[in-house]
Amino acid sequence: MSPGEEEKSYVSRVNGPVVTVKGMGSACMYEVVRVGELGLAGEVVRQSAGCSIVQVYEDTSMLKPGAPVKRTGAPFSLWLGPGLMGNIYDGVQRPLRSLLASGGSWIKRGGKTDPLDISRRWEFEPLLKAGQEVAAGQAAGLVPETPLVRHKVLVPPGMSGKVISAAAAGSYSVTDTLAVVETARGPVELKMMQKWPARQARPAAERRRVSEPLVTGQRVIDTFFPIGKGGCACIPGGFGTGKTITQHQLAKWSDAGIIIFIGCGERGNEMTEVLREFPELKDPRTGRPLMERTILIANTSNMPVAAREISIYTGITMAEYYRDMGYDVAVFADSTSRWAEALREMAVRLEEMPAEEGFPASLPSRLAQFYERGGAVTTLNKEPGSISIVGAVSPPGGDFSEPVTQHTRRFTRVFWSLDTELANARHYPSINWLRSYSDYLDEVEPAWEKLCPGWRGLRSEAMVVLQREEHYQQIGRLIGPDALPDGQRLYLFIGGIMRDGFLAQNAFEEKDMYCPPAKQAALLGLIMALYRGGREYIKAGGSLKEISSLPCVPAILRARTDYAGDDLAGLAGLSARLAGELEALTAKSVTEGS
Amino acid sequence: MNKVRDYAPDRGLTYTGASRMEGLLVAVERVRDAGYDELVEITGPGGEPRLGRVLDISEELALVQVLEGTGGLSGRTVRARFLGESLRLPVSENMLGRVFDGLGRPMDGGPPPLSEDRRDVNGLPINPVARRYPREFIQTGISAIDGMNALVRGQKLPIFSGNGLPHDKVCAQLVRQACLPKDEAGFCVIFAAMGIKRDVADYFRRDFADSGALSRVAMFLSLADAAGVERLLAPRAALTLAEHLAFDCGRHVLVVLTDMTNYCESLREVGTARGEMPGRKGYPGYLYSDLASLYERAGRVDGSPGSITQTAILTMPSDDISHPVPDLTGYITEGQIVLDRELFQRGIYPPIAGLPSLSRLMKDGVGKGYTREDHPALASQLFACYAYVKRVRALADIIGEEELGPGDKQYLKFGEAFELRFLSQGERENRPIARTLDLGWEILSMLPREELRRVSGALLDEHYAEETGVEKG
Repeated sequence: MSPGEEEKSYVSRVNGPVVTVKGMGSACMYEVVRVGELGLAGEVVRQSAGCSIVQVYEDTSMLKPGAPVKRTGAPFSLWLGPGLMGNIYDGVQRPLRSLLASGGSWIKRGGKTDPLDISRRWEFEPLLKAGQEVAAGQAAGLVPETPLVRHKVLVPPGMSGKVISAAAAGSYSVTDTLAVVETARGPVELKMMQKWPARQARPAAERRRVSEPLVTGQRVIDTFFPIGKGGCACIPGGFGTGKTITQHQLAKWSDAGIIIFIGCGERGNEMTEVLREFPELKDPRTGRPLMERTILIANTSNMPVAAREISIYTGITMAEYYRDMGYDVAVFADSTSRWAEALREMAVRLEEMPAEEGFPASLPSRLAQFYERGGAVTTLNKEPGSISIVGAVSPPGGDFSEPVTQHTRRFTRVFWSLDTELANARHYPSINWLRSYSDYLDEVEPAWEKLCPGWRGLRSEAMVVLQREEHYQQIGRLIGPDALPDGQRLYLFIGGIMRDGFLAQNAFEEKDMYCPPAKQAALLGLIMALYRGGREYIKAGGSLKEISSLPCVPAILRARTDYAGDDLAGLAGLSARLAGELEALTAKSVTEGS
Repeated sequence: MNKVRDYAPDRGLTYTGASRMEGLLVAVERVRDAGYDELVEITGPGGEPRLGRVLDISEELALVQVLEGTGGLSGRTVRARFLGESLRLPVSENMLGRVFDGLGRPMDGGPPPLSEDRRDVNGLPINPVARRYPREFIQTGISAIDGMNALVRGQKLPIFSGNGLPHDKVCAQLVRQACLPKDEAGFCVIFAAMGIKRDVADYFRRDFADSGALSRVAMFLSLADAAGVERLLAPRAALTLAEHLAFDCGRHVLVVLTDMTNYCESLREVGTARGEMPGRKGYPGYLYSDLASLYERAGRVDGSPGSITQTAILTMPSDDISHPVPDLTGYITEGQIVLDRELFQRGIYPPIAGLPSLSRLMKDGVGKGYTREDHPALASQLFACYAYVKRVRALADIIGEEELGPGDKQYLKFGEAFELRFLSQGERENRPIARTLDLGWEILSMLPREELRRVSGALLDEHYAEETGVEKG
């Protein structure tokens, strides 16, 4: 039976967002239905013995048994086309600005608006001619979506054949026909907009190895725990450790072409902050407002839980769409724990057997499916494209042994572990350098070495210093740091400078919020030069006191905020000053010694 | 308790007899035309009506949760009247100055509030696009809050406390100094009590009365002796009124919710009674979403001058901040004020813990144009130095204070001064923000200038007091 035919379906039972529907035996799994007089959107999640179980994305208050249910005949699908960029959507792709215009400041139930503005006209430049053979994934034309994004109108996956007719250049709406293609199944119209089911990954020609770094401008990440374009990272931290600020920083400064930020079950004010800041902030590479390359998905914690569950797929599907145009896309999901909790809540209502901590047994495979949609690929159009995913995890009680953190670790290769103690001392980003790791070091090394020669060696040297610092600190905690010999206290001293002068980064200070690779290398090189000089001097019998009271030490500490990102000459000057002072010190001690 | 008025005497269909009764639940068969979450009036042989809500409804069976419990009801004679709507609260400005129960029924002997405007107590989510980012500093006159964890209008900042700690005093002082000074006419306070003792509610009431502002306070009391389920509705009723006052009447509203731990326990009780799958420590798996549905009702909205600021008090069972209630709260709220038992035992009032306390919205509400230019750097430096004090103290516990280096000893002195002079203040002492900041500099100046790495040279030149050098080392 097709959805158009009369089938008397009605609500039989309501238990929160889980609604049992009778008389809908022919509905497909994950088909979207409209429930009740208000037409609340929901999704069929189970079929059994004449009953369909529907998960409703909206509040079901005062929904009554007997209320009508309408099928739509399609799974939950997104509208993909020009107009996504710069927009803000809820978890089921309702544009929040349009909802505001039509329904006021509060999100009312049953509100329906088109995800894309169908009245808006876009300048279209065709790339197809009549008579030409086209294949899926090929660009049929170009639309300047924003000054930063050249939108390629793609031939949808699964469509190929000969072009019968093609539209000329001009302005069109997203629903206008731009070409007609003679496929094996007859002529098919090609439009600017296509629909794609959110739960299904979009195809690509093949996977590529990650090789390009995703430059984030955050020192502790880029220098110590880098992520590659197409990589997946996990960022766990208890409350107050700065997960969201770190995610915002990455979303602002990452050198990806497209940013998709999914606020999944988090605070409303945080999304407001993004909305307020992003249009004002300028992309450091192009000088254009960041919002021109950003899509926001906001399903805040008080919005319906079923919509929260699907919001992650909404975000990743949009990311795949832009990846297919050959963009490097970065997806930030804050927070995947809230998404997992939504899964749990739905599973409990569906009376599924719980596994660890009440989460459904399918949690690991659901997480794996999500992270596997990231990666570097060759698109159907034989272009490189990538999706990097950074998932925040909010472990209860800050305990990383809980299921969401543990399983996320299995499917991501970068782990940025946020630390309560650092956060308490207001050291941000509070990424713990001894507990974090990146598995992409080897992959991104060649590219980083090209950006700043000597990167890997400097990094390894600095890591050793940080490890020794921790070691001597432990000893110092037992016997007092003053009891340590100067040669060991040097590590405490340099470690302190690394923390304050390199690892900490102020997200609100203009010169510090974004640190280009060359400045990162220069800063670290400066600190390492101080370390090497100090080590040699102390080995030769000098004292730490003389090293720590060098006049240039405070300048090194403040270098990250004193010098702008492109002021390499200034940093080179400081480096020469340090070398001079170290030399003078050595010369003095030699004269005194002789 | 005063006799409460019938909720809606003239509405709905009545059914007699229940097929099953258990704990708080009554199952009524073959109910027609009733909806999920609908309000039900249950009447037993005594004739005293009790309110309930539909938790689960199918063609055959409606499962009703009775707010006051099923004690004394008989399956054969019980009557259930379905009222045709979910719980609504009449809202009006006249409700200020009054006392209500958790469902919004008057408890002060006065008449029920008259209003045509009846709102669903569950509210609706604010569209994130419609929110206005909160950044208007509220001076509380408490240094630990203003200086280090500043509160802004539209923020939700809970107080994490423990049993026996003076959270009520701190909260009352905050309300008195921030919201109820005589010149702040538009401000009003909504107080929702959940499962606290009558003495505590009376303490707040007296305190509001003393500041002469009782006419700007509305109280929703669901005290320790009230039914568990009513506690779940009290904060929702309070927030419904708050939304009306803030966004329709343009007032600045402070909502005090106390005690959230009791609220969560009621939620657990109800969840267990329904036979739900328990999550951590037996709390339901949806605790986060449920708490968010309360906390997220704070904020500001474009197009309205009003605001809802929330402060929820919660007592951490055995002072454990990783307990699910404080843990999930911390993930939703914009920071937290943590009270510290050790400071309290040392006689320091207010015993606000320096390090774990946090205000997430502070960064945008202080500094140039809001409080004073030096504020953010000063706060950051105080946090960093105080964190170091904690490390030195841990070290001193092991090797003894005498063995510490001279620099570390200076830090110990700084720590003492920070706690005794900066954190500590009188219950009636209202410190202006400028005084708080100057005090912060005074204490920072006990440390050598080169230790203050988070402050720029220009600010140090302006504020670092060299003359206190006498006190050093």
